Order: sequence, then structure tokens, then C-alpha cells
Amino acid sequence: MVDTLRSDLKVIADFITPGARLLDIGCGDGALLAYLRDTAQVDGRGMELSQVGVNACVTKGLTVIQGDADLDLKDYPTDAFDYVILSQTLQATRNPKEVLQQLLRISNHVVVSFPNFGNWKVRLALLFKGRMPVTKSLDQPWYSTPNIHFCTIRDFIALCHELGAKIEQGVSLNAANHIRPINGSLAHANWMGEQAIFLLSRGNGAARKQD
Amino acid sequence: MNDAAKHDIQLILDLPGPLRLDSGASLDRVRIAYQTYGTLNADKTNAILICHALTGDQHVASDHPVTGKKGWWSNMVGPGLPIDTDRYFVICQNVLGGCQGTTGPSDINPETGLPYGLDFPVITIADMVRAQVAALDVMGIDKLFAVIGGSMGGMQTLEWAASYPERVHAVVPIATAARHTAQNIAFHEVGRQAIKADPNWAGGNYYARKEKPTSGLAVARMTAHITYLSEQALQDKFGRNFQDRDAASFSFEADFQVESYLRHQGITFVDRFDANAYLYITRAMDYFDLARDRGCALAEVFQNTPVRFCLVSFTSDWLFPTSQAKELVRALNSVAAHVSFVEIESSRGHDAFLLDEPEMFDTVRGFLRGAEPTLKGA
Repeated sequence: MVDTLRSDLKVIADFITPGARLLDIGCGDGALLAYLRDTAQVDGRGMELSQVGVNACVTKGLTVIQGDADLDLKDYPTDAFDYVILSQTLQATRNPKEVLQQLLRISNHVVVSFPNFGNWKVRLALLFKGRMPVTKSLDQPWYSTPNIHFCTIRDFIALCHELGAKIEQGVSLNAANHIRPINGSLAHANWMGEQAIFLLSRGNGAARKQD
Repeated sequence: MNDAAKHDIQLILDLPGPLRLDSGASLDRVRIAYQTYGTLNADKTNAILICHALTGDQHVASDHPVTGKKGWWSNMVGPGLPIDTDRYFVICQNVLGGCQGTTGPSDINPETGLPYGLDFPVITIADMVRAQVAALDVMGIDKLFAVIGGSMGGMQTLEWAASYPERVHAVVPIATAARHTAQNIAFHEVGRQAIKADPNWAGGNYYARKEKPTSGLAVARMTAHITYLSEQALQDKFGRNFQDRDAASFSFEADFQVESYLRHQGITFVDRFDANAYLYITRAMDYFDLARDRGCALAEVFQNTPVRFCLVSFTSDWLFPTSQAKELVRALNSVAAHVSFVEIESSRGHDAFLLDEPEMFDTVRGFLRGAEPTLKGA
């Protein structure tokens, strides 16, 4: 299980302090939760939309509920967790901004990963083919993709600023899963990165109370 | 003794003292009928209590002594099955107020020497659980690894978690809710009125009479049985098909398969169930309201609970719909309880929890295995 953990999940795992209380939203089959439980003794919970995913998690002995990030985050109390993880899910939510706000309310440390729509393959596909791009990270055609709110790394950073969230760390993964910190060269990350992973905390403006 | 022979024997234990009831009354000389499967380990950490539903009984995984049918959850409980009797010591008790050996309205009132009938005190789900706890005290089991049940059995699992969190490690409430709804109560009332409208019910004093209120009880069962299915389940199973005929009889015979089926359900039910017990147990379910009983919000019932929860609901269950399971999940989440929840796709309605539902089996098996190390670590 440890050997087969996806590269992006390994990056996320490195952000997490051992023993932390953690909520993984869109936890899929529970690979990350199981990994963190077994290697970092986290007290992990999960939320997953698909029944197949939830069952896979519960079968692994994980504490996971069937739920929808767009609807069910409001049920969690403020500061319920040390970390909240939203892995490859933001782009599939109906209201990404509100979801991010909820995450920052539930926890002061929020890890978000998403496919970067600013990646050169995406840009070139649109430029030269004039078709919606289908890549490794975005592997379905426009009409059947669950990903309805694409963003680039620049877009995401802009949204974080708008929400007053502080970016603690950011890394990009290219096609070969090479990991690069996003710091000085944002243009490079936004061109080369297929995926981006950010660790956010509440800045001054992000600790909004639940509406 | 082989397993089959072992389960031919009715296990009975007597509670040592009077049982205090929610109504303020108390019951003397309470007797609990139960069955066990598997072996209790040396440190007594592998005991699982299974709570049966309204018309269920203690014969969860062995043949029923009256009907000869297989145990009602024999697809769930047994060697190598999700509730694995090679790993766990499984106990199932007939509920207080029941009619399969545990003290209920058909038993002799020690004060009069006659069957209780309506002199039996009205009981609650909490009373049923109190009797289970007292019986476990007699058995010398301080802490259960898990309490598992569907429907009314699920209510009992919730009551266990709320009232005895130090005595249960994990609960699996299936197809259940934190309270009975107006619709649930309404259906029960129809059933009770059918029983009471049967002249043979005789105000509940029918035990010495030759004729029992079987037609009333059968109608109650027929009504209830509809609520256990779904529209699609009825359609899939029967459609508008005729029973033993090719055309309408232009009479009130059971022309349709669905009529014949319901009549069969009613007729076979009366052989194994007592009409007064049906009144008392449905009443107990109606009164169930976990939060209001405690005068607080549902979340507060489980504040700081150490119990691990695994809730299961079914998409087509309109008697205990998913929305009610989710209400519990929300409450448990808001107090940071360990709660897992699965909604299982099924067209078979409320009864799905008794049927072959592989997703449910996987969930229960996985949850129990996953809860084992957390018990040892505790």
C-alpha cells in the first residue's frame, strides 16, 4: 500500500504532522487515509461521494462517510480538525470558493490539490487543436468530465488572495511527477505543472464564521 | 454437542432483581430467552450483541423452532460470514415484551397467576436495552465489542451508544433513525387498530380462549409488510400477475400474486407471534426519540462519545430513509464522533437489511475488522 501511493498523495502526506486530526474530503478508496494512519498515526476521517469509494474505505477500517463537499461541509464544527485535505476534488465542486471557505473554517490547515489548467499541454491543445484538452490529469472529454470548474495555478493563488488565505507551501508536479516548489518562478510552475498542491492557512480574512 | 443440536435448546436466564421501567413501573421475575453462537474469548473482548427487529427473535443464525426456517440473519452471522462466529461470540436476546421466551404480555403475571395481557406495563426501547444489559450482567460480560441491529434493532444500538457508552466499543445501526416519525407511528396505529378490531382480541384477554385474534394480527402484518418493501420491489416481484389463474375471477379471491403473497405473510405470521406483543413492541418503537427523551439536541446525546459508529441506509427504504441516517451522521460529526456511513443502492426497500446485499456485508465485515485494533489499543 505504501509503495503504490500516488506521487501527489505522497506530497500531501509530507505536509501532515504525525498524530494530527485530519479530514480527507473526496478520499476515494482511502489510500491516503490508510497511509497516514499506518505511517503517521493520524486520527483520520474521510468524506467521499461514491458508494464504491466509501465501502472500500470502511472495509479498510477507516472512518468515512458518504457525503458531498458542496453540501455537507457546513455540518462540521469550526476548528474540528488540524488538517483538511481536498485532493483532486476542488475542480469537481459546484462552488469551489464556498468549499474553500468552509475548509478554512473547519481547519486552520487546508491542503488542496488540483489539475493545473495552465499546463502547456492544455494551452497548446486549445491553441492548435481548438478542442478541449484531454490529458493524463484531465482524462475525459468535456461532456462527461466531472471536472466543471477548471483553474490554473495563477487562478488558484488569486482566489486564495481574495479569501485572505495564506499560502504556506505550494508545489507543482510535472508529467514525470517531478516535484517543484512554487515560489519564485510562478510562470514556470503554471506552464510546466500538471498538478499543483498547496498548503493554506487562514490569513487575516479567512477565519470567517459559518454563515 | 454439534451446533445444530446446541441451538435446539432454548437458552433462558432470569434477571436477579426487578427491572425498572421508563413508565415508572417495574417488572419482577423477568426472564430473557437468548441464543449464542461462537465462543467467548478468555478476556471477554469478542462479544457482539445482535438486536432483532419488531417481529424478529433470538434465532438469528439457527433454525427457528416454530417455523423451521433458517435464522433471520443467517446470511450475515456465522462461520466466515461478516459477523464471523469463528472470531466473535454472538449473543441475540429476544426483546422485553416479546413472545419467544422473554417476559412479555403472554406470560404469567406473578401477582395474578394469569397471563398479563394488557396488565403488562408499556415498555420503551430503553427498557428493552436495560433488560439486555441486566442479562449481560448475569452472563458476566462487562463490555461488548459491538452492538448491531437493523430497524428496531438499530434503535437499540443507538440507545446502547447513548446510555452505555462505557459498555460498548462499536455500534452498527442499520436502516434506522433517532426517532420514529409521524408516518411510522401512523402505520403502527393502523396495525394496532386492526388487532383491537378483531373480536377475538377480547380486550387482550384471549389467552385462555380457543380463538385468537389471528385475523387482526394478520392484517397488521400485511400492512406493515407493505412498508418494508418498495414500490419497485412489489412491481418487480409481482407486477399485476395473477395467482393460479389466467383471468380475473370477478370475486374477492386473491386474484393477484401480491394479494396472495400478503395473505401468506399474514397467515404464517400469526403462528409465531402474539397479538399483544405486537401492540407493546410497536408502541415502544413509537415512543423512541433519542434526543427528546434526554431533553437535548441529538448531537449532545453523543457529546464526547468514545463509541465507534457505522451507519447503513438503503436508497429505496422509505420507512427509515437515508435522510434520517444522515441526521444522525450530522449530529455525530458535529461532536467529532468516529462515524462511518454508507448508503447502499438497493430497490428492495426497508427489508434490504435482511436480504443478500453484498455491499452491506462488505461494510459490516470491514467495519468490525477495522474496529478490532482500536479496541486493543483502548
